[in-house]
Amino acid sequence: MSQKVLLNATEVNIALHRLACQLIENHDTFSETVLIGIQPRGIFLAERIKLLLETSYKVKNIELGYLDITFYRDDFRRNDKPIEPSTTNIDFIIENKKVVFVDDVLYTGRSIRAALTAIQSFGRPLEIELLTFIDRRFSRHLPIQPDYRGRQVDAINNEKVKVCWKENDGLDAVYLINN
Amino acid sequence: MSELSVKHLLGIKYINKDDINLIFETADHFKEVINRSIKKVPSLRDITIANLFFENSTRTRLSFELAEKRLSADVVNFSASSSSLKKGETLIDTVNNILSMKVDMVVMRHSNPGAGIFLSKHINASIINAGDGAHEHPTQALLDSYSIREQFGEVAGKNILIVGDILHSRVALSNIFALKKLGANVKVCGPKTLIPKHITSLGVTVELNLKKALEWCDVANMLRVQNERMDISYFPTTREYTQQFGLNKKILDSLDKEIIIMHPGPINRGVEITSDVADCKQAIILNQVENGVAIRMAVLYLLASKLQKNEN
Repeated sequence: MSQKVLLNATEVNIALHRLACQLIENHDTFSETVLIGIQPRGIFLAERIKLLLETSYKVKNIELGYLDITFYRDDFRRNDKPIEPSTTNIDFIIENKKVVFVDDVLYTGRSIRAALTAIQSFGRPLEIELLTFIDRRFSRHLPIQPDYRGRQVDAINNEKVKVCWKENDGLDAVYLINN
Repeated sequence: MSELSVKHLLGIKYINKDDINLIFETADHFKEVINRSIKKVPSLRDITIANLFFENSTRTRLSFELAEKRLSADVVNFSASSSSLKKGETLIDTVNNILSMKVDMVVMRHSNPGAGIFLSKHINASIINAGDGAHEHPTQALLDSYSIREQFGEVAGKNILIVGDILHSRVALSNIFALKKLGANVKVCGPKTLIPKHITSLGVTVELNLKKALEWCDVANMLRVQNERMDISYFPTTREYTQQFGLNKKILDSLDKEIIIMHPGPINRGVEITSDVADCKQAIILNQVENGVAIRMAVLYLLASKLQKNEN
């Protein structure tokens, strides 16, 4: 197994700032917008973006929820390993809000498909956008594309892209892992 | 995530502590799901479940059916009163006929102890015991322990009292297994005639005085007197039973602490528990019912996740 650094901490930081600015361009004060981090790994990115928007760009009162998609996946009973559910926590109304899904890596698009179904249990959003830190293009199984992307990556199927966050993994970095 | 060690849920006796904790953790997620505005997830949409109730039930049957529907499973219902059993068909034949209609899981209540175990040896579908005679009622015990865990954060070390008809109660037996596996202290209380002779071999203690038992416990689980299973007279009159083992406000107020009151239902108000106790804030009877749906969703989900692998 070999691994290559795709983005180091500085590059991650630059991309985060750019994503925050792009969000502000489209959502202004976030009064009608909510962020939804997709469990399990999207929540670190979502929390980071929220923090950045609040501290560096003085956007106040951003609502952030976590959405677990385990029970909505299309591979139940088709996997060797059972999938562990995480917590869903959306303590605000999403009806008629602009929802931004936040996830770390967009690969086949199946997680986002599940998230699109899952979010409907909480109401009918006005619109849904997708922010993803890494977009693995050419590997999609479904017609799903991000509205905001940190970096586009071309990786072949037996390679894995891992996004590490300071809070969880000790440092900010993106790796390409070759099995 | 680890998975259940069993293919069927036939009784608490056959599962281990890790299984119970896994069911609880999964139920936590489903409890959040059933409190959403849309209380449904698509996990089991390709699974068909038969609810075979050879014995009457309201709560358990509704609870299972809701759990199944909230997981998007297809459900077929069967009740003994309107079936061919009356025409002399055997249990295996009835179930095999239902299974040839491509049913993946069976939820069964039967008046014979061990009916689920017997069936599990003859059919391929995953079986969930929803009560077999005076033997076990595993999902009830799971939801009882889950409700205790919800109140106190954990079950281990808590003093749990089970009052009433221990002899005929599958709820009592399953509860004793579950509580002991989770590390709780269990005491049973009731008329001597309704306490099985060797009950202490399960690791529980016996107390015949309700007041003393209540002073010891953190939680009192009040069982119903199962008149339908009594072929002889176990106590002189219902009135005498109520005087000695019925829980009323007066005895509850005389305790120097607030205990939690549970009841698996159906309640015989004025017999094992008075109305003012059943409706007071210490009683978590309706929480138990709500938790029942989450627990049954967790059991169905976890057993269904093992289905595919068994077929391969």
